[in-house]
Amino acid sequence: MNLAIRDVRHNAGRFLLTAVGLGLLLMIVMGMGGIYNGIESDAVLLVEEMDADLWIVQRDTRGPFAELSRLPANVEDRALVVPGVLEARRFVTHTIQRERHGRPLRISIVGLAWPTDRGAWLPLISGRPLGQGHYEMVADRTLGLAVGEAIRLGKDVYTVVGVTRDMIGSGGDGLAFLTVADALAVQFDSVGEATRLERAARRGRAEGMDIGLTQPGLLERAELPASALPAIGSPMVSAVMVRLKPGADIETVRGNMAGWADVTVYTGEEERQLLLQGPVDRARRQIGLFRVLLVAISAIIMSLILYTMTLDKIHDIALLKLMGAKGGMIFGLVLQEAFLLGGVAYVLAYFIGLQLFPFFPRRVIITDGMLVWLAFAVFAICVVGSSLGIWKAMRVEPNEVLS
Amino acid sequence: MTGVPSSASPASSFAPAIETVGVTKVYGSGNTEVVALREATMKIERGEVVALLGPSGSGKSTLLSAVGLINPPTRGEIRIDGQVVMRGPRALVDVRRFRRERLGYIFQKSNLIPFLTALENVLVALAISGQEGRSAKRRAMDLLGSLGIAARAHNLPSALSGGQQQRVAIARALANRPSLLLADEPTAALDSTLGRQVMELFREVGHEHRAGVLVVTHDQRALDVFDRTLMLEDGVLAEGGVGQSVG
Ligand SMILES: Nc1ncnc2c1ncn2[C@@H]1O[C@H](COP(=O)(O)OP(=O)(O)OP(=O)(O)O)[C@@H](O)[C@H]1O
Ligand SMILES: [Mg+2]
Repeated sequence: MNLAIRDVRHNAGRFLLTAVGLGLLLMIVMGMGGIYNGIESDAVLLVEEMDADLWIVQRDTRGPFAELSRLPANVEDRALVVPGVLEARRFVTHTIQRERHGRPLRISIVGLAWPTDRGAWLPLISGRPLGQGHYEMVADRTLGLAVGEAIRLGKDVYTVVGVTRDMIGSGGDGLAFLTVADALAVQFDSVGEATRLERAARRGRAEGMDIGLTQPGLLERAELPASALPAIGSPMVSAVMVRLKPGADIETVRGNMAGWADVTVYTGEEERQLLLQGPVDRARRQIGLFRVLLVAISAIIMSLILYTMTLDKIHDIALLKLMGAKGGMIFGLVLQEAFLLGGVAYVLAYFIGLQLFPFFPRRVIITDGMLVWLAFAVFAICVVGSSLGIWKAMRVEPNEVLS
Repeated sequence: MTGVPSSASPASSFAPAIETVGVTKVYGSGNTEVVALREATMKIERGEVVALLGPSGSGKSTLLSAVGLINPPTRGEIRIDGQVVMRGPRALVDVRRFRRERLGYIFQKSNLIPFLTALENVLVALAISGQEGRSAKRRAMDLLGSLGIAARAHNLPSALSGGQQQRVAIARALANRPSLLLADEPTAALDSTLGRQVMELFREVGHEHRAGVLVVTHDQRALDVFDRTLMLEDGVLAEGGVGQSVG
C-alpha cells in the first residue's frame, strides 16, 4: 500500500498549489540558466557563423566586436597575396539606433563582402539573400521588419529582402546585413551641409598650395565625394576575415602577417574568447551569480516545504511507529512524497517555461544538459530537504500519539 | 522465565498475556520528581478482560504505556506471553517487533490515519506485520464486518461518526491477532450506549480471540462487562474496586 500517493490524493489541492509554486520557482531557475546560455551564445554567434580562420584588425585593438577597429580596406588585397590564404573578406560592423513607429530601434549592422558574400549562409525564415550590390538588406526577425519593407538609413532607402532568425549581436540587438559599401555609407553618413563645408575646406587647402594653382583640375576633384578621392584614402573597414586553404598552417600565415605594422591578427577561437571575456563578461557573471543564488534559495524553500509537509504528518508517523512500522515505511512515505512534489514541479517548470520563454526580449536557450543538471539538482534537493523531515520523523517517539 | 527465546515466539497459551513485577515509573528528577507508579505487580491471563480504574493523575496511562512498551518503566519487569520483555528501562527484545506482532492499542481519540479509508487503516496495520494482498484484504473486511461497519469501509475517517471511527480503530488493533489489547479511555468520546457497545465488543474480542484485554475507563456503568477490575490510586495498584464483578 503506497501511503505517499494516498496522502497526496487526500491533500490534492494543497499539493498541487505547492507544486505550481515550486514549479514557477524552478522555471525561473531554468530561465536564468537559459538567459545565461542566450547571452553567451548571442555574443559569439556572429564570430561562429562567419567561421573565419583569422581576423585581421587594427593594430593593438581587440576588435572588431569588443572594441572599435579601423583598417584600410586594402588590407583585404594584402591578405590575399599571403601564401596559404584562400579568401579574404572585409567586414564592417557597427550599431545604430533609429526611431521607428515612435519606438527606438537598435540595429547591429554587418557589412557583407559583396559580391563574394551575399549572405547565403544566413538562417533565413523568409525571403532571400542579398541580390544586388546596393539598397538591400537582410534583417533579423527580432527587428520586426518584414520582407518588402523599406527603411531609410542615412540618405538611402533599403529594402528588406530576407528575414533571419536568431541572428543577434553581442549587445542583444538584432543584426541587419548590408553590403560593405552600404554599411559604410550608413556609418559615415553626414548631412549635406557638413559635406559642403568639408569640400569647401578641401578646396581652400588646395588653393593655398602650389599644386592647387598649377593643376586647376585638382580643384575640380576636390569637389567629388570623399570615396572618389584617392588622396583621402580607401574606406575604413572594421576587420578583414581570412579563410585558409586546406592544409595551410595557421601559425605560418599569421607569422607572415605579423610583419605588418598596422594590424593585429587573431584566430577565430581567440576572437571568440575576446568576446566572452569582454563585452558580455559582466552580464554573464552577474547572471551566473544570480542563478547560483536562485538555486540556493529554491533549495531552502523546497527543503522547508518538505519539512513542514513531514511535520504535518508527524502524528500519523508516530502512530505508524507505535503500530511497529519499520523505518523503511516511514522513510518511504516522506521521500516518495518529496519526489512526487519535486517531479510534478519540475514537469510544470518545463512546460510553463516552454510557453513563456519565447516571449522574453532576449534569447532563452534551454539545453538538454541544463535540463539534466536541473533534474539532478531537484533530486538532490528532495533528498536533502526530506532528510530533515525524516530525521524528525525518525526521532518522534511513539508515545507522542498519546499526547 | 528461563529457556524462553528472546524474540517474539509463538505465544504460549498457558502463560499470562501480561505480567508486571514491581513496575515503578519515576518522571523527572530532583525537585520535579514524580513517582507515577509504585511497585505495580499484576497479571492478566489470556481471554481475561480487565478494567483499570482510578482518579485522574493516578498513573493509569503510565501503566498502560509501560505495558504497551511505549514508555519504559524506571524499575521492574514486564513479561508478555511469559517472556521477559523489559527489565527496568532496558528492552530485552525487539520492542518494535513485539508491538507489531503481539500488541493492539486503542486510544481515547480514534487516532486513525486521516488520508486512509477505514479499510486502508486496517490494511496498514496488516501491512506493517507483513500481511498484504488479497488475504489481508479479506481479513480486514471480515474485521470491519464483525464490527458492523463493512458498509463504510471505503469512507475516510472524516466521513465517519465518532463511534464508527472507534470501531475502525478497534478493527485495526485486532488486525494482527494481538495477545494483548490495550485501550486508554476508548469510550470517552462516545455516548453511553455506544460506549457500552464498545466495551461489550472488548469482552467478546477477549473471550473469542483469547486475548488479554486491559481497558482504562471512567465509565462506572459499563463495569459489569469486565471480568475483573484493577484500581490505581496515587501510583499504587490494588486488585478490585468499585463496581467489581467477578467473571
Ligand atoms: N511525561 C511526564 N512527565 C512528568 N510527569 C508526568 C508525565 N506523564 C505523567 N506524569 C505524571 O504522572 C502522574 C500519572 O500520570 P498519568 O497520565 O499516568 O495519569 P492518569 O491516571 O492517566 O490520569 P488521567 O485519568 O487524567 O488520564 C501524574 O501526576 C502526571 O502528572
Ligand atoms: Mg490518562
